[in-house]
Amino acid sequence: MIQSLMKEQPVNVPAEPLLQVRDLSLLYGPEKGCQGVSFDLYPGEVLGIVGESGSGKSTLLSLLSGRLPPQAGNIGYRGKDGEWLDLYSASEAERRTLLRTEWGFVEQNPRDGLRMGVSAGANIGERLMAQGVRNYQQLRGAGLDWLGQVEIDPQRIDDLPRTFSGGMQQRLQIARNLVSSPRLVFMDEPTGGLDVSVQARLLDLLRGLVRELDLAVVIVTHDLAVARLLADRLMVMRRSRVVESGLTDQILDDPQHPYSQLLVSSVLQP
Amino acid sequence: MNDLTQVPVRDPAYNFAYLDEQTKRMIRRALLKAVAIPGYQVPFGGREMPLPYGWGTGGMQLTAAILGADDVLKVIDQGADDTTNAVSIRRFFARTAGVATTESTLDATVIQTRHRVPETPLQVDQIMVYQVPIPEPLRFIEPSETETRTMHALNDYGVMHVKLYEDIATFGHIATSYAYPVMVDERYVMDPSPIPKFDNPKLDMSPALMLFGAGREKRLYAVPPYTQVSSLDFEDHPFEVQKWEHSCAICGSRESFLDELILDDAGTQSFVCSDTWYCAQRVKESNQ
Amino acid sequence: MYVAVKGGEQAIDNAHRLLAKKRRGDTAIPELSVEQIRQQLPLAVARVMSEGSLYDTELAALAIKQAAGDLVEAIFLLRAYRTTLPRFSPSVPIDTAQMSLSRRLSATFKDVPGGQLLGPTFDYTHRLLDFALLAEGEYPGPHTTPDASLEACPRVLGLLAKEGLIKNESDDSASVADITRDPLEYPASRAERLQALARGDEGFLLALGYSTQRGYGRNHPFAGEIRIGDVEVWIDPEELGFPVCLGSIEVTECEMVNQFVGSATELAQFTRGYGLAFGHAERKAMGMALVDRSLRANEFNEEIVSPAQQEEFVLSHCDNVEAAGFVSHLKLPHYVDFQSELELIRKLRQPAEGTRHE
Repeated sequence: MIQSLMKEQPVNVPAEPLLQVRDLSLLYGPEKGCQGVSFDLYPGEVLGIVGESGSGKSTLLSLLSGRLPPQAGNIGYRGKDGEWLDLYSASEAERRTLLRTEWGFVEQNPRDGLRMGVSAGANIGERLMAQGVRNYQQLRGAGLDWLGQVEIDPQRIDDLPRTFSGGMQQRLQIARNLVSSPRLVFMDEPTGGLDVSVQARLLDLLRGLVRELDLAVVIVTHDLAVARLLADRLMVMRRSRVVESGLTDQILDDPQHPYSQLLVSSVLQP
Repeated sequence: MNDLTQVPVRDPAYNFAYLDEQTKRMIRRALLKAVAIPGYQVPFGGREMPLPYGWGTGGMQLTAAILGADDVLKVIDQGADDTTNAVSIRRFFARTAGVATTESTLDATVIQTRHRVPETPLQVDQIMVYQVPIPEPLRFIEPSETETRTMHALNDYGVMHVKLYEDIATFGHIATSYAYPVMVDERYVMDPSPIPKFDNPKLDMSPALMLFGAGREKRLYAVPPYTQVSSLDFEDHPFEVQKWEHSCAICGSRESFLDELILDDAGTQSFVCSDTWYCAQRVKESNQ
Repeated sequence: MYVAVKGGEQAIDNAHRLLAKKRRGDTAIPELSVEQIRQQLPLAVARVMSEGSLYDTELAALAIKQAAGDLVEAIFLLRAYRTTLPRFSPSVPIDTAQMSLSRRLSATFKDVPGGQLLGPTFDYTHRLLDFALLAEGEYPGPHTTPDASLEACPRVLGLLAKEGLIKNESDDSASVADITRDPLEYPASRAERLQALARGDEGFLLALGYSTQRGYGRNHPFAGEIRIGDVEVWIDPEELGFPVCLGSIEVTECEMVNQFVGSATELAQFTRGYGLAFGHAERKAMGMALVDRSLRANEFNEEIVSPAQQEEFVLSHCDNVEAAGFVSHLKLPHYVDFQSELELIRKLRQPAEGTRHE
């Protein structure tokens, strides 16, 4: 088992993983999709999935987050109560509930992860309302609190997301997901389409939140700089297969597989 | 029965209440399912009726399915027995079923209504049939039927309160005044049809059976007698009904839902009871 | 003081009498007969039958007369009548390959076995108002060759199927739901979709089909074959044990050949859109075929980008009896809901309450 050692402070390694993936496969065509993926994810661990477009990383993310049933393999999730759930043996209802409570999903395009027609406060409050919170002041308080945590001016609580910049929309999306205190968050290229300076600020925020909230994260990115900053471990994908996996720094500083080497060497050094 | 009750002659060219027996049986089976699952929308094989969709065909099919020869039928629209469509529907059943019809809320066994609940409290063994245009309370935010069905199945109602939250943030109040969504039996969110929110409390723990029919959308649902029906709100912004400063210009009631009338070019207003029978009764009682 | 006025019943009666007067028009002019409509407005009769879902030229003509020429109203009349009719038996599927053709064409080949049969069509007319028609002139009939032989006209798409270029549509004998008896639920089967489209509003389907041609979900249609003519209707009652012919009806059938699909494992094949209508109704059949193909997007793994591909959107809105009913219901009194809105808007506009609520 690969231990999580790359955080600045040493952490106690919990005995059991949060997510257990075995032989996961979904292929659309020869080498299109993903196949034979296996790994464990521990609480508080950030796993990066890197590769070029077409490598299968988005397919993998959809499978892991319960959006797409696999052709083979299985995914086990250990819930808050300690019980194991086989993700695709469970009902659609259970998967959707999971995605609203213990899990989060940050979409690449914030428009896909937000309700563009309702205010920032409503966007943040929705998960709480879905869980039965029925006090307007309490909801508003949570909205103000989380806007602060994601560094959006609380005065904007009643504004519609379409009046926000791309970076702000992304931060709002993060707040919307984190308000229900999830244990596992999936992220699909969260910094894609953002300015470099905006990206840096967002990554900084994410790194802080992940550590503070002890979140487990599976993040898909084609950007190795993002991977280096956020991920404890990496899986490198190429043409539907995981060609190399290991600690982030090890892979980025000393890649073993020829493809990983190519990937790392092609990143422009500042 | 009072002098407002008439017993017409049935037209033999049609089956009793127009629909064939098989169709009526199909509707009754769907109604039983609806009663067993309060507030849940049951699909049914709605038929084309001689009135257009949107004009009460859903309510009419339900009424046709439950009417018996001994029933006494009242039909109201906007609270009045005399509005043109109420007249049209009442005539339809007078002709095709030959049942007694009445304007009296007390004497009716079946009351078909569009957009109002009578002011006079309903009794055990009365059945209200509501005409429903859009049965789906989530339709305003989710146009897809597949998705809204899933949301009901999964109790995924967060989005209803999102709308209420947004109203309060924008206006300071919840901005829904009719077709105000309710939670039925603590399980399903239901659209009570476009009755004013003023009428919502009348649904809660009512002794009458409430049936809801949407002909064009082909869905029916029900609230059995003595079922909990609560209007959605927040603890710190509780549900409120409308109040008027005026009383009814005809009978003086301060408790009923009032219609506003414009009397002249200057815009002079007058307010009268929407429930015409209730109003006439009050006048009658005060004259005695 | 306001006095409530009663008189709804009398008002309705008078409205009916005024309608009858308007429908009759100037009594000095001869009254239009149902038979005249049936004979001389056959294309209107065809539309009313298709969308009314009932084949009866006389009843359709009656409905047109009663509706004073409003075809959507006539369609409604026929549908309401249909509700009262007893149902004996489903027919055997009609065999359009056996059609007694009055018109047949294909845009996909210059010539096909059986040839291009123009038939009675507006296609090559010049759209110039014909004032001779105003004067009710006589018309010369068509040139006929009494002993011309009928060539066999095999289906064009059948020829493509023989070469494996298009999938054969085959009858799997599964039972078919009847959307007029059971509520349509999503996702719908192709059979249910075709039923809904067959009775769907011609204008709506035409517009949606047009939108696909303009890029809203393009699928490169070609008119593979259009045929118009009479087909026999057979039923096969259990009690008899053999099929019986009830007579024949005129139908219009259109098969579109669309964008081919294929993959690494499956050879490329053309895809098909199908349209069928009662009577002579080409535009309807063609529009229907375009929309049918569009709605097969999921089957062919096509990305859904346009309204014509969205099953719920198309099927929920294609029925003009439903649409007309709901749109026109806005004429019904809504003063109670409106009263509620008035009360609310007045409350919201009171400055003392403030705008942003903290």
